[in-house]
Amino acid sequence: MRDKAAAEEIFGQVRAAARSLGVTEVEAIIASGDQALTRFANNAISQNVAERTSYLSIRPVIDGRTARASTNRLDAASIRSVVEEAVALTRLSEADPELLPLAEPEDYTEVYRRFEATARVTPEERALAVAEAIAAVEDAKQTAAGIYSTGESKFALLNSHGVSAWYTESLARFSITAMAADSSGWAKGSACYHGDLDPVALAHSAARKAAESAGPRELEPGRYTVILEPAAVLDLVGQMFGDFSGTAIHDGRSFLNDRVGKKIFGDNITIWDDVAHPLQAGAPFDGEGVARKDLVLVENGVVREIAYSRQAAARSGIAATGHGYPLPNEYGEAPANVVIAGGTTSLEEMIAEAERAILVTRLWYIREVDPYEKIFTGMTRDGTFLVEGGRVTAGVRNFRFNQSLIEMLQNVEALSSPVRASGEESFDLVAPSMKVGNFNFTEVTRF
Amino acid sequence: MKDLALRALDLVARRGVTYADVRVIETRDREVSTKNGKAAHMSSSESMGLGIRVLAAGCWGFAATDDLTREGIESAATVALEIARSGSAAKKQDIVLAPEEAYEATWVSPVRIDPFSIPADRNLAALLAVDAEIRRNAAITLAEAAMHFERKRQVFASTVGSLIDQTRYMSGAGATALCYKDGEIQKRSYPNSFGGQYQLKGYELVEELDLLAQAPRLAQEAVALHAADRCPEGRFDLILDSSQLALQIHESIGHPIELDRVLGSEANYAGMSFLTLDQLNHLRYGSDIVNVVCDAREEHGPGLGTFAFDDEGVPAQRNDIIRRGQFVGYMTSRETAAAVGAPRSNGCMRADGWARLPLIRMTNVSLLPGEQTLDEVFDVEDGIYMETNKSWSIDDKRFNFQFGCEIGWEIRRGKRVRMLKNPSYSGISTEFWNSCVAIAGREHWTLWGVPNCGKGQPEQVMGTGHGASPSRFRNIKVGSAYEG
Repeated sequence: MRDKAAAEEIFGQVRAAARSLGVTEVEAIIASGDQALTRFANNAISQNVAERTSYLSIRPVIDGRTARASTNRLDAASIRSVVEEAVALTRLSEADPELLPLAEPEDYTEVYRRFEATARVTPEERALAVAEAIAAVEDAKQTAAGIYSTGESKFALLNSHGVSAWYTESLARFSITAMAADSSGWAKGSACYHGDLDPVALAHSAARKAAESAGPRELEPGRYTVILEPAAVLDLVGQMFGDFSGTAIHDGRSFLNDRVGKKIFGDNITIWDDVAHPLQAGAPFDGEGVARKDLVLVENGVVREIAYSRQAAARSGIAATGHGYPLPNEYGEAPANVVIAGGTTSLEEMIAEAERAILVTRLWYIREVDPYEKIFTGMTRDGTFLVEGGRVTAGVRNFRFNQSLIEMLQNVEALSSPVRASGEESFDLVAPSMKVGNFNFTEVTRF
Repeated sequence: MKDLALRALDLVARRGVTYADVRVIETRDREVSTKNGKAAHMSSSESMGLGIRVLAAGCWGFAATDDLTREGIESAATVALEIARSGSAAKKQDIVLAPEEAYEATWVSPVRIDPFSIPADRNLAALLAVDAEIRRNAAITLAEAAMHFERKRQVFASTVGSLIDQTRYMSGAGATALCYKDGEIQKRSYPNSFGGQYQLKGYELVEELDLLAQAPRLAQEAVALHAADRCPEGRFDLILDSSQLALQIHESIGHPIELDRVLGSEANYAGMSFLTLDQLNHLRYGSDIVNVVCDAREEHGPGLGTFAFDDEGVPAQRNDIIRRGQFVGYMTSRETAAAVGAPRSNGCMRADGWARLPLIRMTNVSLLPGEQTLDEVFDVEDGIYMETNKSWSIDDKRFNFQFGCEIGWEIRRGKRVRMLKNPSYSGISTEFWNSCVAIAGREHWTLWGVPNCGKGQPEQVMGTGHGASPSRFRNIKVGSAYEG
């Protein structure tokens, strides 16, 4: 799909096919992507891939019924076929008295997140950047593994009520793990413009962490003050935002049931959702074409606003917030552009001011233990340190934690200024480092 | 599809490659789900594309496209070659592959009822009946039920001379009852959590599961858990149902035996493994009664890891992983087999679609049945029985794990005496398997499907199979999830 005009031309075929089947209410998502990823391990490029994909997804609304059919073939016969499938499936579905007509057109916040240079990075450019990063780790007598990905995506959502939403984005990611004999370090960055990433600096950071955590000490599990770097904050705090959802609360599966409007976190916790934030990425509209509105999710510890899809909003008699997933779905909606307000204490100051704490680079394999108390378990990984007397004194063996997020966000003692954080356990968000008291490590592993 | 595969292969084969393969894949799937008496999700999708993998200048290159015109395939072939040659910028040594024969074959997974022959409204009606039965219990706040069907045809062609046409049918179904009350959420799922049971079968799987018959029990247990005592902390003899044990196998045996992890390929994401090469044939992985195989053959059963050939054209095999407690084997690819001097790959390379590169993935990694009766497995003075996974986590070298289950029972002298909520257990993988003291026999053995195993960058989601029967473990740490 070249551009918005091409998407509109495809949608013209969709509408014509639907009309020939007696259907006038129809929505289409049309998307394409060009993504490439250079992966390295053992100080050499190991896997090196590129993919070009297309997507056409059709949702009719017929007599209070809806369903979805999708294809990756965009020739005329395939377009007609997928419309026929969507209409047939919709007619076999049950009517839903809460189903709304298709969304109406709106103005969207303008965001510019596609950079031609990032969309066109060549395999050679990625390979050279990877080679430089590997060299930085090899210089430290360590072994590197990681990825460098670049690419672009194009996304259109159109419906027969006149919605014609279009979004393009380029995205680059670089992550690296540096491994020494008995320790490791990790760093990751992501940006819509690849020039904002510095692979060599990330490599040096990972190598430094691996060197400084060599010969890790084994500490007893227990309650510790922790200093979580932004990626670790993302990994853990990012787990809770699916519950800031009108549908999740209606279903009784959110930890915010009976807690909206109440102060459940500390005074220093303020979180909002802001699609236009300069460090954010993503489309300014939701899965039905509703414009994303800013939300104050948490203000000084009080849960203020939650996300509402059109259907959830209609159920509650309020306006949709523009955070709905494409219909039909079970989950409703969720914030998509989370920004956690920071403070004035730098990471270095948190370390300098700590008498005894554990410094955590990232967390791993996080799973929910208790859905209402929001207890999560997981491990520290790739750079866990003991801080004593205001400085890092040793690497430590990795801990398992079982920690309530509610309790954790009551115990935040300091925050840094927020950055665009990128991890592996949650979606990218804007987050600060956090110093947290009384963090619950329950076990320690063998490395 | 064969013509497409051969045409793409020709485009790269004559341009200086050491090796190349092409996979053309056509997928169709359908998902139907219900939520509190209404259709929640009703969708179908189809996808077709091809992936070209080349070994040139000693490096891998891979490009995938769904533009199946002549120009689209030529472009993908060119990109795959460019990518491979770019690898020279950071290469230590040429990649070498273990030898493999050429095969021409066609295989279709056994299916009694084509799931796509059943109209979607019949799927929906069956699920709504289950949903209604769950909600007959007025305390249930959320009832959910779902079915998922997939048909995937793949044509594989390689410069070795193989041309392999495989079609796999997958079905899955399950239901969940959730009860929110007094600041607590409890749920029960059948036949398993996170979507239910998945196998390489047709609609007959849905009929065998009989979700409707189990719906009242699910609802009753979800509600009863609110009044149950919390699982105690301490060390207990632990009995696991076969579905929880399947996930235990997946995490603490299946992933550690992936030879690409061992050799460092996954270090930046999924992690590495405690099973370093020096452990092979030396490590006491489990007790004498623990026997684990990796078996992709049809004879093993309709698992999500069952096929005729893997995604680099190696025939399905059965290999011992743990024999009478001894660690004796890894899962390998042609590249990793050559790297460790093995004569041949044992056929574990799988990709989750045409757009992705094959990786070493679990096939069916199964604990073989034991010799105990179910009564003998439960024959403990004071123990805890846990059923149906609720949470799972393990470190990136696969030593330390923690699992939570939906429900537990205190066992006294072989009998269930008290329901327990929020049960969990934790430990170190090899210590856990060495504590195995009883494994139920073949009549209690189930080949479970894990449909959502993530690995690789870009991430791939794969279905894996794990056979297990209820088993008992001695002196296991219980209750750590709520510790502190």
